[in-house]
Amino acid sequence: MNSIAALLAITCLFLLGSSRLLVSIRMVAFQGVLLGIMPLLAAGSHHLGMGAFALCLTNIGLKSILLPWLLRTALFTSGTRREIEPFIGFGASIMSGVVLLAISGYIVKRLETTAQLSSSITLIAGFFMVFTGLFLLITRRKALTQTLGFLVLENGVFTTGLSLGSEFSVYVELGILLDVFVGIFLMGIMLFHIDKEFDHLDVDRFNELSDLTIDVSETEEVSE
Amino acid sequence: MTTAYALIIMPVITGIISLFISSERARRNLLVIVAFAHLFISIRLCSGSAGELNGVWLGLDQLGRMFLMITSLLFAGSAIYSTVYLDKHPHFNGPAIAGLRMPANSNAIFAACMQFFLAAMTLSILSMHFGLQWIGIEATTLASTPLIYYHRNKRSLEAAWKYMILCSVGIALALMGVFFLAMTTSSHVQQFTPAGLVLFAGYLKIEWLKVAFIFFLVGYGTKMGLAPMHNWLPDAHSESPSPVSAVLSGALLNCAFLGILRIYKVCAAVPEAASFASEMLIIFGLMSLAVSGIFILRQPDYKRMLAYSSVEHMGILALGVGLGGSAIAAAMLHAIGHSLAKASLFLLSGNILAVYASKKVEDIKGLLKTMPITGALWLTGFLAITGTPPFTTFNSEFAILRVAVQSRSWTVAVLYLLFLLLVFVGMLTSFMHMSLGKEGEKEVDGSAGESIWQVFTPAVFLCVALLLGVYLPDFIRDTINGAAFLLGGKAL
Repeated sequence: MNSIAALLAITCLFLLGSSRLLVSIRMVAFQGVLLGIMPLLAAGSHHLGMGAFALCLTNIGLKSILLPWLLRTALFTSGTRREIEPFIGFGASIMSGVVLLAISGYIVKRLETTAQLSSSITLIAGFFMVFTGLFLLITRRKALTQTLGFLVLENGVFTTGLSLGSEFSVYVELGILLDVFVGIFLMGIMLFHIDKEFDHLDVDRFNELSDLTIDVSETEEVSE
Repeated sequence: MTTAYALIIMPVITGIISLFISSERARRNLLVIVAFAHLFISIRLCSGSAGELNGVWLGLDQLGRMFLMITSLLFAGSAIYSTVYLDKHPHFNGPAIAGLRMPANSNAIFAACMQFFLAAMTLSILSMHFGLQWIGIEATTLASTPLIYYHRNKRSLEAAWKYMILCSVGIALALMGVFFLAMTTSSHVQQFTPAGLVLFAGYLKIEWLKVAFIFFLVGYGTKMGLAPMHNWLPDAHSESPSPVSAVLSGALLNCAFLGILRIYKVCAAVPEAASFASEMLIIFGLMSLAVSGIFILRQPDYKRMLAYSSVEHMGILALGVGLGGSAIAAAMLHAIGHSLAKASLFLLSGNILAVYASKKVEDIKGLLKTMPITGALWLTGFLAITGTPPFTTFNSEFAILRVAVQSRSWTVAVLYLLFLLLVFVGMLTSFMHMSLGKEGEKEVDGSAGESIWQVFTPAVFLCVALLLGVYLPDFIRDTINGAAFLLGGKAL
């Protein structure tokens, strides 16, 4: 359990540091496998039911086979290979990753005083993944990396829930999984459309809609 | 119980069927039939003739009754309207992507997603279990994204992407909130529902409850359009087709609000958490009012103006609930008034767009002459949305102000009035410019936006908004007061 959590944290650091999108996709797929196994370990041998296995298989099938395949196809059609010039460089990203990890550790230390936690290492990993996801969403330019960031965020929420021991019934878990899957799937489809419409996947060059740019152009007219 | 399940599953099935119907006419008729069947079943369910609904998963309390009726009514109105709207706009044939054959016709996707959207909203309203409710709210995002991208151009794509990313991230945070909420109980709670948690109110861990509330507020608040998480809202509402904007603004935002209200109900049972939750709601409410007030002034795009007005009204709802007492009941009344007025305005904006083909306020002049019916309704809608006396929104906004003054929260009252005034002035300038004045140099033929079904829904909704302002029937008053009691408020 703890070693899986550590592996999850390492994949996050990898994601923060890698510029090759294909590697990032593989890393996220690997996270999917780890997440699939985790509930089985968390439940212990005497709690294993059909539900847990179904959940594990669905998780792995969706998050580490189907979605990565879709994202890879999107990647190859768009002809993008690398994340170019993120707002925060790769080295700095890893450093921020370490800081974020420390922050997650600190938060969990504080939480331990108020609640009995089954596994604090997994909780740290969960928070760290949430932070990493948000970090990727904010600092990267490519729509594809944002999708990956969202997936990492979602994985982090899943890990957090697991380590807090808040168990819902299998139906709810499956529903959540399905929602996330369809969400990423739609994002994948939209990647194709973005590539076709804009000829690039750079989200920061999305500027058709903004109230602020309209204001700027107006003031320019006045000054002329 | 089966009725409730039918209400959710029926639109899903018919939605899938409409993907495979090739006849344009049949597909549209199906959409309208489903919408009215949904309305009919909802009325039966809400009037209690289909049996009480109070399960572990699905349930219907007074809050749910109110929001279900609003959603179903608005959807039926928009469904009628959308049959005409689709006529005015060309449809596209979808490309094959990565070997996946997309359904060939964007109108088929539109009809299907509208029905999925209805199912998702119904699920989020009827679900009592917090996890299930999360699934419902996330599903609304998924179903509505293709709807926003209906026009298949750069602007709508950008809007859809923003909507998808921002709302999904927000809702992912709400899921953290759900997990934290599960941590508030040490013992095993039988039902993970608002009512189930309230039973254990004395034993809940307050710190965790507060954290959970923040996550819920930020998460569902994103979806509801509370500032500063509202960035997606003006884009999505202005770029999507008018009937979709109407449902997004009038029904979907309420569904997200209901998500916040459900946990607020738990907080209200714990005094310490209640004051904290109220404060947060007041802060976010005032912030939304401020943002909308600033951006509505000199807003060049009339659909964006309506979208910012939605931010404003969501702020009023949050503020009303935060103030407590009879302001909660007033907020409920306001939700009804806002939904009716805003849906009408968005539908009317579709008429204007169909004739002028421009969303710019400056391009549109003399609506009262070029499109007499739409122009008159457009002005009526303006009065309804800004809370001018005979309309129901005036009653609710005034009741909220009264509570603010009575509880001596002077700062809140003054800011509230100031921002309402800002919005009023901002909207007044645009609406006057559009409705009055001489026609432009161009000869405009207004008949394209005046067919019977294009003005029917807005006219009916605005009449209802007016009538409710003059006379509030007992069954609506009871529902509103019942909803307010659930949240620890007083009768209106």
